[in-house]
Amino acid sequence: MIKLISNITYLHLKKIERCRLLIEVRWHGRGGQGVVTSSELLALAAIYEGKYVYHAPEFGPERRGAPVRAYTRIDNEPIEQHFGIYEPDIVVVIDPTLQTEVDYILSGLKKNGMLILNADEPYEKVIEKAKMNDIRVWYVNAYDIAMDIFGRPFYNTPMLGALVKASNIVNLESVNRAIEEKFKGRGKEIIQKNIQAVELANKEVKQYES
Amino acid sequence: MSCKSNRNGERRMSVKSRRIGLNGDTAVAYAAKQANVDVISAYPITPQTIMVEKLAEYVNNGELDAVFIPVESEHTALSAAVGASLAGARVFTATASQGLALMYEILWIAAGLRTTVVMALGNRAFSPNINIHCSHDDLYAVRDTGWIELIAENVQEAYDLTLQAFKISEDKKVLFPSTISLDGFILTHSLEALYVIDDAYVENFLPPKDPVYPIDPNNPITYGPLDLQDYYIEHKKLQDYHFENSYPRILEIFQEYSEFTGRTYKPIKTYGLDDAEVAIMILGSSAGTARFVAKKLREKGQKVGVISLTLYRPFPVDKIKEATKGLKALAIMDRSLSFGSPGAQLYMDVASALVNEREKPLLFNVIYGLGGRDLTPDQVEYVFKKAQEYAKEGEVKELKLWVGVRE
Repeated sequence: MIKLISNITYLHLKKIERCRLLIEVRWHGRGGQGVVTSSELLALAAIYEGKYVYHAPEFGPERRGAPVRAYTRIDNEPIEQHFGIYEPDIVVVIDPTLQTEVDYILSGLKKNGMLILNADEPYEKVIEKAKMNDIRVWYVNAYDIAMDIFGRPFYNTPMLGALVKASNIVNLESVNRAIEEKFKGRGKEIIQKNIQAVELANKEVKQYES
Repeated sequence: MSCKSNRNGERRMSVKSRRIGLNGDTAVAYAAKQANVDVISAYPITPQTIMVEKLAEYVNNGELDAVFIPVESEHTALSAAVGASLAGARVFTATASQGLALMYEILWIAAGLRTTVVMALGNRAFSPNINIHCSHDDLYAVRDTGWIELIAENVQEAYDLTLQAFKISEDKKVLFPSTISLDGFILTHSLEALYVIDDAYVENFLPPKDPVYPIDPNNPITYGPLDLQDYYIEHKKLQDYHFENSYPRILEIFQEYSEFTGRTYKPIKTYGLDDAEVAIMILGSSAGTARFVAKKLREKGQKVGVISLTLYRPFPVDKIKEATKGLKALAIMDRSLSFGSPGAQLYMDVASALVNEREKPLLFNVIYGLGGRDLTPDQVEYVFKKAQEYAKEGEVKELKLWVGVRE
């Protein structure tokens, strides 16, 4: 298993002939924010790049506003593991109010892992705890992006754009293709806005440096 | 292992296919659409999965020319399916847990009248308490009723087995209804990559149904009449004989599909059994998890193996006898309970299949994953450890083991 190093591309990994590229992502958000959709879009994008995936929503009773998680497992080889993700390489927190739930969102996140927050400024206690485990923190104000583009707090696709920049696990083109496929019944405007949101967050996301 | 061999894990196919991403529900619905079903009857409320919702969409937008019958209960869903099948239609329905329980009466009738209904089960736990997550209660509830039972381990298999189910059920040497089981949520709601066959090729494998003795108002015949002490037992013996005889034909259809697609289908899947001393037998999506752990243990030099079933009914007794030869201990893992029985359902099946063998492994039963409790690698490793312990000591200390349970 390879520790994910930011900005090292999949192609680069291929060059050094490391075939096994098991990456596990856990998504946090609240019911109604499209947490499951983000995970599914990432999985579809990875499929377009010839990879194998297992995307699983964690379904409880679906209640708007309740904390929800989703999981994406990506590999170069067929995935046989059908159990939950307990030690993710990457955690993406879609909901801005969840970053204060420090233990909850960092639970099991690997040393050297990556945390991506929807925040104007990362919460100091998250930074503190992340540092102890050499976790790199990236953040983007997805609220502003969503309000600019959709006029409503749709954070999920911007956070996917942020993940792509921070991790490079898939290409932006593949994500856009996944959006076109997933939202094809919902009209051109929805597709364009989501692509725009992905690309804007992809540009604006930055790594936290103390 | 080189990158190349990984990439070419699937052998070259003789058909044109596309690689896409679908969840288990939509993969089954897609296969049913490609099978060009004539009638879908279903009760669309929980515990129903989105399989039939997707099919309703296909019918509504004209992608599938079929009659969709939304009924008022699962009992009626299957009753309507039985009637449509006897009238000559290719029929699909789907259900899970409580829905299946409500169909129970008609399960026997669908099989006894030799219909060719294909039904997907998104395996979920029986109430009480209300759960909706994965257990194999519904899959096992079908086992005595005379249906062919196929079990998928992943989304690709859910798709492939649905296509094969129509071929198997409608074959003149079979003529029994089929179920395809896929684990609730773990497969039904999870997305994986799979190859789907191009529409133009599907009909090569699965031509339109050629009905046997269809009901016809101009040429009336009787199905399911009164059958008392004078003939009932002969008819049941005949049904049993034909059900057993469907087994070799199912194997041929598996073989045909394997050649057609390059993906191998066999009644049982084995891993590491050439030299394994202990093994786990398990059904559904957990088989992959068990294999994942077995691979790690084998890297450390432990001789462990995994057996999983793609065909549960008819039970592949010969293959299981063959696979378990040489094993010292076998853990049989059930995602269900059979209260007051010597063990849960799969355990009883295997135990009775092996009972007269001279050499057989020690058997014990493991209960896991009820109501969607995750089967983690730790739990699997613990089961292997127990099997090794029993093998070493030559006796089974605890016949029924629970894993993943709070103490």
